[in-house]
Amino acid sequence: MDLRLPSKVLEHILSFVDSNEDRNSVSLVCKSWFETERRTRKRVIVRNCYAVTPEAVARRFPEMRSLTLKGKPHFADYNLVPDGWGGYAWPWIEAMAEKCPSLEELRLKRMVVTDECLEKIAASFKDFKVLVLTSCEGFSTDGLAAIAVACSNLRELELRECIVEDLGGDWLSYFPETLTSLVSLDFSCLDSEVKLSDLERLVSRSPNLKSLKLNRAVSLDALGSLLRLAPQLVELGTGSFSDKLDQEAVSKLSQAFSEMKELKSLSGLWDVLPEYIPLLYSVCPGLTSLNLSYATVQMPDLLELLTRCSNLQKLWVMDLIEDKGLEVVASSCKELRELRVFPSGAEGLNDTNVAMTEQGLVSVSEGCPNLESVLYFCVQFTNAAMVTIARNRPNLKCFRLCVMEPFAPDHKTQKPLDEGFKAIVERCKDLQRLSVSGLLTDKAFEYIGTHGKKLRMLSIAFAGDSDLMLHHLLSGCESLNKLEIRDCPFGDTALVANAAKLETMRSLWMSSCCVSFGACKLLSQKMPKLNVEVIDEHPLETRPDSSPVERIYIYRTLAGPRLDMPEFVWTIQKNPEIGVSHLAIK
Amino acid sequence: MITELEMGKAESELELGLGLSLGGGTASKIVKPGGGGAWGERGRLLTAKDFPSVGSKRAADSASHAGASPPRSSQVVGWPPIGSHRMNSLVNNQATKSAKEEEEDGKKKAKDDETKDVTKKVNGKVQVGFIKVNMDGVAIGRKVDLNAHSSYENLAQTLEDMFFRSSPGTIGLTGQFTKPLRLLDGSAEFVLTYEDKDGDWMLVGDVPWRMFITSVKRLRVMKTSEANGLAVRHQDPKERQRNKPV
Repeated sequence: MDLRLPSKVLEHILSFVDSNEDRNSVSLVCKSWFETERRTRKRVIVRNCYAVTPEAVARRFPEMRSLTLKGKPHFADYNLVPDGWGGYAWPWIEAMAEKCPSLEELRLKRMVVTDECLEKIAASFKDFKVLVLTSCEGFSTDGLAAIAVACSNLRELELRECIVEDLGGDWLSYFPETLTSLVSLDFSCLDSEVKLSDLERLVSRSPNLKSLKLNRAVSLDALGSLLRLAPQLVELGTGSFSDKLDQEAVSKLSQAFSEMKELKSLSGLWDVLPEYIPLLYSVCPGLTSLNLSYATVQMPDLLELLTRCSNLQKLWVMDLIEDKGLEVVASSCKELRELRVFPSGAEGLNDTNVAMTEQGLVSVSEGCPNLESVLYFCVQFTNAAMVTIARNRPNLKCFRLCVMEPFAPDHKTQKPLDEGFKAIVERCKDLQRLSVSGLLTDKAFEYIGTHGKKLRMLSIAFAGDSDLMLHHLLSGCESLNKLEIRDCPFGDTALVANAAKLETMRSLWMSSCCVSFGACKLLSQKMPKLNVEVIDEHPLETRPDSSPVERIYIYRTLAGPRLDMPEFVWTIQKNPEIGVSHLAIK
Repeated sequence: MITELEMGKAESELELGLGLSLGGGTASKIVKPGGGGAWGERGRLLTAKDFPSVGSKRAADSASHAGASPPRSSQVVGWPPIGSHRMNSLVNNQATKSAKEEEEDGKKKAKDDETKDVTKKVNGKVQVGFIKVNMDGVAIGRKVDLNAHSSYENLAQTLEDMFFRSSPGTIGLTGQFTKPLRLLDGSAEFVLTYEDKDGDWMLVGDVPWRMFITSVKRLRVMKTSEANGLAVRHQDPKERQRNKPV
């Protein structure tokens, strides 16, 4: 008797399984389950676009409707990856256009997207609905026009922190009058002014519009008329909040805000003048997400705003909030889950004269029981503060502390911050993401290796003393998936000794460390399932094996060496002239 | 321990290249004089001594700077780790703040126009920060941080390093591998031009630096042959059309 589950039944069951993690497990059970799963997966996520070829993905998941891709390593956000490194969207779009023309959604992060790509999307996917580009670059507003004009069922168009060649605001005018399906529009990263009348018409014919994020060029006055046309918005990103309005305009705007009963998320607020903050009071109690990180407003103007945000779960601010403001957050925002505090001084990290210290974060950790994700830029910190924070919040999942002064010790005891981070990793057993900074010795990494068992992503800068640091991490952190390191004094021994670990991780980035050329070659020779990329702007042919390389990026891959490497990326496959390693490593 | 690893100079210091220039500028490139190996000219591993405001508890084996000034923490590439959008926004805020302060001081400067330009950033797009640089024959453009440069010489040096020392950008943006561009020695083949706020392309170098950085939109390293007729300032519209780059 055939005891196998009929595939139709399995298909039906799988239609309830959304999580790709679960689906990955399903596909490992047996061949027939693998087959059924792959034929029914609609949402595909590839977190390293070079780990697998587009053709392989298209072949495996023929019913794909949504594709998410990530390209460049995270440190590309901070200009540590030279332009031209890679991460091109084109091969993927080309492959999908041919093999998966029913694709409806594309989400790309840190990839190079050209106008040609956007035109191809517009021409190839008849039912295209969602385009979300995060930290992408390479395209102009012309490409956006192509999407606007052709995608008649477009639901979402979001540009998050992209670098776009801005040729003007005309692109918005290309949305046809017949397009009424828009749910989300985010053009906050663009510079040029769009035609207000076109924007107003677009908004008024989009009854399903839930999220609208304007760019800075949209004036306060314009905002008023847009809000009146879309009081149903759930997410709003304002434009510039600083025009001088007359009394009538102000009261009309206030009225418009108070009509927005569904608003949960507010952002933008560039240049907000203190006298306009009260305009926001009416929406505060409903807000779960507030992004003030571009609002240059100082204390105490923020206080009244914060006290009204009793349902806030996510808060992004600048350090202008100061310890005082964070105390108010601690007492008013009891539902807070995520806090990010960004620096307000550009060049002068040492010039920040705002009164924000480690105390601010301590207050929030005391007052907000659900706090689980923290990103905190601060000039200096103390071990005691971290110990307190860890004790208060063992439920932390993400702790990113950026002490802006490299090598800064505990400013009260002058000791390294080892003990503070020890407390964090020891107490916060579910910690998945950690960024360390300040003065740290190898001890800190011994602690992290010992206790950080659930740690998946770790970022390190200007830290450690020796190879031991890396060895502790690679041998201790069982769940480690992404490791990124800059300006730390070690490399070879730990790397080569823990080579096998690298196959269990998505990627390793090391820049300005002491990884020698020879070690890179050795690693490449030993580990064929890894792409070991040396990213170095100076010629390597004549380099001795012992000399350090500028950057290495190592990632596991099924696709083998990639074919689009620029000159400054060296691998032993692309550059056989660099020879084999002559390094003797004990 | 690694046997062949060269421990460097008498101060047992490892020299290596920092991730300089590309995609973001460092104001001070630390230049070590002479030195053995291929690394004599590149930067060194930064240690606490490079950040003078911090007491140096670390091993005091970093060499003397041989005249080069230690980098401030704000001059290190990619530090603090803030995305470029945010960084540009901060820079603009800073410029506004200092511009406002200057105005409040009641100082009447010849550079009044510049500061006004920078403060008019609400609807304008003047971003004194990263701008794009393209070079004829090179498919992929680069970005350079104008804030990290103080003069034309500075900027020229960075661009020269970017495009002439190593030939990047050999890949077309469609992902096709193209042949590496063999650049000729001597920059006489190429000139540096820029597009200003009005959309005109001009030769770089004629206006004071500070005026330049507030009006430049992007840069182009152009073949000298194509640059003929590119007027310095006032151009007749017909010429402007002809000189509009691809």
